[in-house]
Amino acid sequence: MSRNMMAEAIRGGKQAGRRAKAGPKLPFILQFDPMKKGGPWWMPIASVAAALLLCALFIWANGMNPLTVYEKMAAGAFGSSFGISETLVKAIPLLLCGLGVAAAYRISVWNIGAEGQLVVGAIAATAVTIYWPNLPGALYIPVMAAAGMAAGAVWGLFTAYPRTHFGVNELITSLMLNYVALLLLDYLVFGPWRDPAGFNFPGTPLFSPEQQLMTFSGTRLHYGLLFAFVAVVLFAVFYGRTRWGYEMKLLGANPLAAKYAGISVSRHIILVMLVSGGLAGLAGMSEVSGVSHRLMYGISPGYGYTAIIVAWLAKLNPWGMMATSLFVGGLIVGGYSVQTIGLPSSMSLMLQGAILICLIGGEMLGKYKLVRRR
Amino acid sequence: MDFFVNLVIAAISSGTPLLFAVLGGILSERSGVVFLGAEGTMLIGAVVSCLAFVHTGSLTLAIAAAVGAAGAFGLAHAFLSVTLRANQIVCGLALTLFGTGLSAYLGKPVAGQALAVSMPRVKLPWLEPIPFVGPILANLDILVWLSFSLVIALYLYMYKTSWGLHLRAVGDNPATSDAMGLSVDRIRYVHVIAGSMLMGLAGAYLILVYSPNWMEGMTSGRGWIAIALIILAGWNPLYALGGAYLFGGLDALGFRLQLMEIGIPSYFLKMLPYIVTILVLMAAGWRGRNKPSIEPKALGVPYVREQRF
Repeated sequence: MSRNMMAEAIRGGKQAGRRAKAGPKLPFILQFDPMKKGGPWWMPIASVAAALLLCALFIWANGMNPLTVYEKMAAGAFGSSFGISETLVKAIPLLLCGLGVAAAYRISVWNIGAEGQLVVGAIAATAVTIYWPNLPGALYIPVMAAAGMAAGAVWGLFTAYPRTHFGVNELITSLMLNYVALLLLDYLVFGPWRDPAGFNFPGTPLFSPEQQLMTFSGTRLHYGLLFAFVAVVLFAVFYGRTRWGYEMKLLGANPLAAKYAGISVSRHIILVMLVSGGLAGLAGMSEVSGVSHRLMYGISPGYGYTAIIVAWLAKLNPWGMMATSLFVGGLIVGGYSVQTIGLPSSMSLMLQGAILICLIGGEMLGKYKLVRRR
Repeated sequence: MDFFVNLVIAAISSGTPLLFAVLGGILSERSGVVFLGAEGTMLIGAVVSCLAFVHTGSLTLAIAAAVGAAGAFGLAHAFLSVTLRANQIVCGLALTLFGTGLSAYLGKPVAGQALAVSMPRVKLPWLEPIPFVGPILANLDILVWLSFSLVIALYLYMYKTSWGLHLRAVGDNPATSDAMGLSVDRIRYVHVIAGSMLMGLAGAYLILVYSPNWMEGMTSGRGWIAIALIILAGWNPLYALGGAYLFGGLDALGFRLQLMEIGIPSYFLKMLPYIVTILVLMAAGWRGRNKPSIEPKALGVPYVREQRF
């Protein structure tokens, strides 16, 4: 369609337009205002409630009592000290991966590869224990953490480089790399790294005590929690107080303006994917070293995907993510506890998806305003 | 010779769900709406058609149920991204998560249960004597033929009818289309829903023909590969055919090499389609680096009539 034709069409349209709509006139109309900030503060809470209602419908239609199911989930996640510590354990990788994807999302880089980045981080941390069995004990944790972050960052680079140099959509690359990472994990734990004394269990031998992150006394909650806290603070400081953070903000708000201001978009995409992958890699390291104490099949129950919800629920705000990671961690633990009444643990995945749907829907609904008809 | 004939037959069988999904994605993206819910929609299509088949034993109903359920997903996506103008990428991701979870929940009672299903085949015995082509085409099931005809029908629809012109106009420049008197919202709704219905059909094919046995997450990334193929096909249904069979072929080849025990662990062969997707997209990006982009220009941008640019 030529430019002239379009202009012609626009002119024609303007003359033909302005017809009054038939039908009864209400004194107020709903008008979409793209500039309005999305929704009041209680909107996320209302969205979660709407999502719970939506899923209740499906549960009820399937012949179960949704209240029983939700009660079971809540009790499993927050009803006991064991439940709470489990919820915290789940919140650690969610928070780390959530910070990672949020960094990328802030400049509209759609990294959905946190799952793969987490897995390669776990693999790299385990590789340290396998190939360097004789390091001085105190060195293990820092070296493993560095290896995990480096591997995650490299995996992130595999996503960033095709985007910046070949214009390949990062959504697809990052997702494809998830499958590659998971297959690599399967190969290692079913093949060369399988514990010979493990009765065919698909996992490596258990780590020695100095290769494990310490736990808080009597619980499974490990010091990876500190990694997550430090990451939150660093994230907030970087965005709020540094030049780099400012450039990122500008890039997120208006990429074209940022480009004209002399900010290299490619460089920032690569940087942000290194950070994003590194954080997810650290999450992988803290999972093997703090929770399972070995690399094993199915090391992550989809933390990388769930982190996307953690990030959006908090509107990409690092402090908010501390709360949302706990909530979503509770959902996962609750998902395990409904298995005892014969439901699949992917119940929690369904809830997560529904929450995200209602959340973004609600946020946009908040952009409508009632205006008096003139 | 036999090896290749069998390989092509296997490629068609594993490429057909991809083809349906790519065609659906093309419809939706041509109207300017990114639909990343493909993976979840395919899973829902698969599980619903599995359940419908188990309960009724009717193939027609099983397919219709898949298409209907997937259409509901499309409606949800259209409502969120067209009416509410939500971020299409996040919305699609959310639908994929929701679909993955919901399908696992719904499919729990039938998980691992083999379906005694056989899709009617179109027998063309007179083709048989032609070497190579004959044995491939003589015995395909009706859904494969449906996919062939859809490729041609959609091509004609998009490039040779005025509706198709409207569709492309809305995807390229909604403001102008609106001024011309087209209803941007209605066109987007129709094509997103039609597109998701095709994705549901892809799921139905997966469960009713390709592997008649429900497993959680049985699409294993096919929805995402389909989204990559949309870009590869340049939003053109004719090229979608080639892309889908290329990837179907890779899938089939990996499986065959695994049976031949050539010493490469099967895990690496299974990585093949994913890695090739990335490499092919890189090659396509390199080839098109100096050309104007062929993607629909308003792709992913919600249309707000009142908004100035």
